[in-house]
This record gives sequence, C-alpha cells and structure tokens, in this order.
Amino acid sequence: MAVTVSPERDVVATPVQRALKEAFYAGAIALGLFVLFIGLKTGQNISNELVLTARWGLLAAVVIATAVGRFLYVAYGQPFLANQKIADVATGLLPSSVASRFFQLPAFIAAVIAAVLLFVFNNSLAGWVGAEPAGYLQFLRALAVIYLLACVIYYFRAFIHANFTKLGVTALVLYPILVVAVLSLNAWSIAGGLQGSLKWVDNFGIQILIYVMLAWGLNIVVGLAGLLDLGYVAFYALGAYSYALLATHFGLSFWILLPAAGAMAALWGVLLGFPVLRLRGDYLAIVTLAFGEIIRLVLINWREVTNGSAGISGIPKVSFFGLMSFNVSDSNYIAKVLSITQSGAYYKIFLYYLILGLCLLTAFVTIRLRRLPVGRAWEALREDEIACRSLGINTTTTKLTAFATGAMFGGFAGSFFAARQGFVSPESFVFLESAIILAIVVLGGMGSLVGIAVAAMVMIGGTEALRELDFLKQIFGPDFTPELYRMLLFGMAMVIVMLWKPRGFVGSREPTAFLKERRSVSGSFTKEGHG
Amino acid sequence: MQYFVQQLINGLTLGSIYGLIAIGYTMVYGIIGMINFAHGDIFMVGAFTALIVFLALGALFYSVPVVLALLLMMIVAMLLTSLYNWTIEKVAYRPLRGSFRLAPLITAIGMSIALSNFVQVTQGPRNKPIPPMVSQVYNIGGISVSLKQIIIVIVTALLLVLFWYLVNRTSLGRAQRACEQDRKMAALLGIDVDRTISITFIMGAALAAVAGTLFLMYYGVIAFSDGFTPGVKAFTAAVLGGIGSLPGAVLGGLMIGFIESMWSAYFSIDYKDVAAFSILAIVLIFLPSGILGRPEVEKV
Repeated sequence: MAVTVSPERDVVATPVQRALKEAFYAGAIALGLFVLFIGLKTGQNISNELVLTARWGLLAAVVIATAVGRFLYVAYGQPFLANQKIADVATGLLPSSVASRFFQLPAFIAAVIAAVLLFVFNNSLAGWVGAEPAGYLQFLRALAVIYLLACVIYYFRAFIHANFTKLGVTALVLYPILVVAVLSLNAWSIAGGLQGSLKWVDNFGIQILIYVMLAWGLNIVVGLAGLLDLGYVAFYALGAYSYALLATHFGLSFWILLPAAGAMAALWGVLLGFPVLRLRGDYLAIVTLAFGEIIRLVLINWREVTNGSAGISGIPKVSFFGLMSFNVSDSNYIAKVLSITQSGAYYKIFLYYLILGLCLLTAFVTIRLRRLPVGRAWEALREDEIACRSLGINTTTTKLTAFATGAMFGGFAGSFFAARQGFVSPESFVFLESAIILAIVVLGGMGSLVGIAVAAMVMIGGTEALRELDFLKQIFGPDFTPELYRMLLFGMAMVIVMLWKPRGFVGSREPTAFLKERRSVSGSFTKEGHG
Repeated sequence: MQYFVQQLINGLTLGSIYGLIAIGYTMVYGIIGMINFAHGDIFMVGAFTALIVFLALGALFYSVPVVLALLLMMIVAMLLTSLYNWTIEKVAYRPLRGSFRLAPLITAIGMSIALSNFVQVTQGPRNKPIPPMVSQVYNIGGISVSLKQIIIVIVTALLLVLFWYLVNRTSLGRAQRACEQDRKMAALLGIDVDRTISITFIMGAALAAVAGTLFLMYYGVIAFSDGFTPGVKAFTAAVLGGIGSLPGAVLGGLMIGFIESMWSAYFSIDYKDVAAFSILAIVLIFLPSGILGRPEVEKV
C-alpha cells in the first residue's frame, strides 16, 4: 500500500478521498462477512427446533463501525504514523516523540493526585455516587495506576533495559509478598490480605509462570534446535498423568515423582524423536501434532487406567519437603506447626515459589546448555542442517537431545500442574494449548528467554485480566459475559502482535559463539524453524 | 464381503469430504509454503453458512425442493466462505509474506482461534441440529446406500473434474502452477502473483464450503468447534498424499476415510483417529515426503 508521506504534496486532499473509498470497501466487506453471522442468530424455540432471529440493528452498527474505523485509520492514522516514522527514524523502535508527549510531568502529577484521591476516598465516594458509577471510578483508578507505572517505566527505561534480568527476578520473588502487603493494608488485616491474595497469586502468578516454563521448555526444541513441534502439550500431559497416577495409586511424594515425571516425558520425547528424525519442516510438524492427538485420544479412551474424560481427581498436594503439610487435617499442618492463622493462601504462595524455582531452573539450564557443545550444535542445526553434517556434528543425537530436554521440562511443568489443580483430565491437553505455547515462543522472539517471558505475561495475563471485566455488565446489561470474548480477543491479539512485530518482542540476539568481537545479530539475518 | 463393501462405501463418503478440504491445504502450501491452520475453521464457517441459509429458506418459503435448497446452500456458502478466506489472506497473511516462516503460521493459528470463537459468540456454543434433508436409502444386493452418500460422491467427483480442468487447462491454473514453481520468476514474466494467491485462497475456501455443506447434510449437526477435527484429518490427508500435490490430497483423503471406517468396523471405534494418525507416522517413516510428493532436493 503506497502511503503519501511528504506533507507538501496534496496529502491533505487525497487521503480523505482515498479514505472514503477505502471506508466504503471496508463497510461492504464487513457487510458480506457479517450479514449472516451477526445479522441472524440461530436459537432454539420451545420445541427444540432451530429458529432464526434477526439482529439487523447490531449488524448495521458493526458495519458502520468498521467503515468509520477504516476511514479514520486511512485518513488520519496512516499519514500520522508515516510522519512519525520519518521524525523518529533515528530513535528506532517506538515513536518516542509521541511517547514523550504522552508521558509529561504535569500529566504524571495529575495522575498521582487522582490515584491517591480515589484510593483514600474510595469508600466515601462509593457511598456518595451510588454503586453503579463506583464501578467506573474503580476503573478510572486502575487506569491512573497503569498510567503511573507506564510513566515510571518510560522514564527509567535505560536503567530497566540495562538490568532487566535482575529487576525481573527480584520483582517475581517479591510479588506475593507485595500482593499480601498491599491487600492487608487495603483490608486492614493480615488474614483479609491473605484471602484476597489468592486470586492474584494463583490466577495471575502461577498461571503465567506455568506458561513461561512451558514456553521456555518448547523454546529449546523450536527456538534453539529449530524443530517445529506442534504437539508439545503431549509431554505436559505425560508429566501430569505420571504424577497423578503414581501419587494416587502408590502414594509417592511429589519430590520423588517430579524427576520421575520429567524422566518419563524425556523418554517419550526420545521415542517420538526416533521415527521423525528423517522428516523435515512441516512433515515434522504434522507428526508431532499427530503424536499430541494420539496421547490425548489414548487418555480419553484407555478408561481402565486414566478414567477417561472424567479424569483423575483427589491428587495429593505437595508437601513442604516432607516437613510441613498443607492439608488442614494433618498433624503437621503448616498453621499448627508455625502457630499462625489458618489460610489456603499459604499453599498458593508456596506453589508460586515452587513454579518460580522450576522456571529459573529451566532458564539456568537453557543458558548453560547454550554454552555447551550440545547447545551450539542445536543452534548450528537450526541455521543450516547440511553445513552442520558437513562439520561432523551428529544430527541424530543433537535432535534427540533437544527433543528429550524440551520434553523433560514439559514433564516437570505437567506434574506441577497436576499437583496444583488436584485434578487432571484430557480436556486440559488439547491442541489449543500447544498452539498457545508455540505462539508465546514465536511472539516473544524465538530463542530469547526474556522476550518469551514478556509474551507469556502479555498473552496469558491479558486473557486472565479479561475475566475481571465485570463492570462492563453495567454498560451492556446483565446478559453480557466478557468471558465469552476472551479467546476471540486472544486470537486477534496473536494476529495483531505478529503483524506488528513479525520477529517477536525481542527480535535480535547475541550469538553464543563469536569471533573476536561480540555483536548482536538482527533477527532478519537468522532463519529458524527449519527441521 | 457385503460388510466390507458397505464399509468401503462409508469410507468413500468420508474420504470425499476430507479430500475436498485437503485440496485447500495442499494448494495453499504449494503456492506459498504455509500451513493454513485456519482452513479447518473455514470449513466450519462454510457449514454454518449453509445451516443459516437452510433455516432462512425454511422461514421464508413454505417448502423448497431439496435439490434447489442444497444448491442454494452450497452457492451461498461458497461465496461467503471465499470472502472470509480472501479477507483473512489479505489481512493476516499477505503483510507477512516476506517474513520468516513461522510468522504466518502463528497468524493462521490466531485466525483459527478467532474464527471459531467468533462463531461461538455470534451463534451460540450449542450443537445445531437440523431435520434430515434427504433420507432415502437404497438396498443394492444387501448393501444399503443412502442418497446422501450418492450425492456426496457425485458432487465431489464433479467438483474434482471441474477443478482439474481449472488447474490444468486454463491460464489461471497455469499462473498458479508457475507461482508454485518459482514466485519471483512468475512475477518477472508478468503474472500478478498477489492476485493468483488470492484466487488460490478463494478456490480452497469454495471447496471447503462445499465440504461443509455436505458435512452438514450428512451428519445433520454442526457446532462452532467442529472445524478442528476434520481440519486436522484433512491436513493429515494432505501430508499423507504428499503436501503440494493435488492428486495426493484426494488420494490421502480417501485413504484416511477408508482407514477410519475400516478401523471402526473391524477393531474399535474409539481408536479410529489414533489409527489414522499412527498410519500417517508409519507412512512418513518410509516415504518422508508422502505418497505422491516429490522429494525435496537439497541445495547447498
């Protein structure tokens, strides 16, 4: 699409005309796409027959919104972005003049005052304006806090960039403590803080870290060795079921079964690796996908062992290294041993640190392996398999170790998942999970641990945050369920992020082996994903 | 023997549907070297469009002849589904054409998630059953053949002939084959590559829409999540036949159909998909580029 960028030559007239035309086309296409799907709705009548109900108003609204959106983008958005690009050609990544205009000191001070006022007078304001607008006030408060955080990050960006890993690990270690502290202040009691922290530590912390660990594990296979694996969730499932079955039938402890589950998954990784060694690229992809589906179907149908789709429940909890337990009925229950108030939050916080430890282990192993001959062989294999073979690298063992190592971390994550949920069923191990993990790896920038962690935070944290949008019910009425839109938005976000940054969040990296001088390589010079 | 022939007919019916979907996968792969993961959901959109047209016909007219209804369903589904695939290609795949290989794969997966959830949001999460459209069953020498199966096989055969003609005998098909061999060279020789790729997506979607309509007619029910399993099986079929090869896609589709119906008839119905996937893995061990695929020549 040609974009006129010079401001002198008839930019003012042409984009509007062009925008009108484009808006018309966009509206027509939207009408075609949505006329049946939004314009008509299939529903059941009393005798359970399908009937259609018309929603022409909604259809018109969607079509007009599309046309107007397209018009605004072509008429104002595109020229603006193009001009920005010219202005910021030196600064690179972000249009920094926009950012510095957006994050100004007066706005920052105003946001601080607004946030403080809203926090202090939260209850009295809610009593004063009523329940409904109070929802908006809380939303406003959240916006102010987000803006403040963004400002801080923007002003300290150089420092953050330089010490990203240290800062990130510190923040992750302090996260549950901070959550409990803030919520205790808010509720004026430690117990209230612990209770309130459940959601933040469990839904956001643990959930995101599980995906970080899975994505880092898959990163070894896809990002380092360049083998496209679409069935990674199979190893996750194997780890989860290994722990679930062995723990419920033989009563073995998590700390014995964690390595066992990892070894089991690694074994299966080798077993899968053997037949597919000769395959390249997309053939490899489809066989791994088929493997993932086979594992899931066996889990569903082998009812004698796996209990079919009903799944396995009552999986024992992890103990605190055998010293303390998290079961209220046990004699060494943590609250009794330490004589503190009972709360379910201790277990969640313990699980948080457990998965954080597992994540850091994965990262540590990945970083160390990259400096070993096997890690260098993986990267060489990714860049050029033929050159690799010519140099005497044994591609068979190289691929197998990649599969096995990646699978092992999948197995660890799986057994953790089983212990956390207390229940596993084949429902949790569908292809969609593999796709999400792969998407996180690619969106983060393959091979980059930091980028992958950021991508997991954005994608998983974002979809979890969509669960919290209850205030939208006040706008769209009680029938509106934001939950339904979660995966729709997730899919669209995947597309948009990929279009915006095709190389992922971190598109450049430093080679582990270099000659004379350390220099980072732009992502566009490397090729990944060739099996 | 009768039982065997019966299963053969069932397999042929299933295989026809898989074959029609598999062509879409293999054509797109052949021309831009990308796995179009959203194709299974395009098939589902086709089936849903047919469902809505069927219901609209029932609401508007007192009675419509079955043949006319089927034809209308197919045509509207083909048009709308093509529009969907065309838009998706333009929005999600074209900007990434020069990018690295996994980028369009991820947008395709994203589009697949978005499409199935779009249908869930707009049409509801339940299964959508329709009353049977065609119910005649003929008994030929102890083998029962339903009219539905005959329609499916005939429609598929007709479409395949038309499609073969289009690819092998028209200038459009020549342009497609040229793009498949060398996109840059084709562009230098005056072929509009973007347009050819768009048309490829439209053709794939149209075939998937027909498959969706036939699927709806055969099973009489559709749900928003029904795109995944047929999509994966059709993709398996395309790889089994040798991805990029059109006769291979049809052959692979038929093979998957036969394996599935034979396995459910003689062994266990629960493990029919496991059997199909395992045979794929076994075939690929011995023929790494599928049955009819050309082995990739490695250039150094």
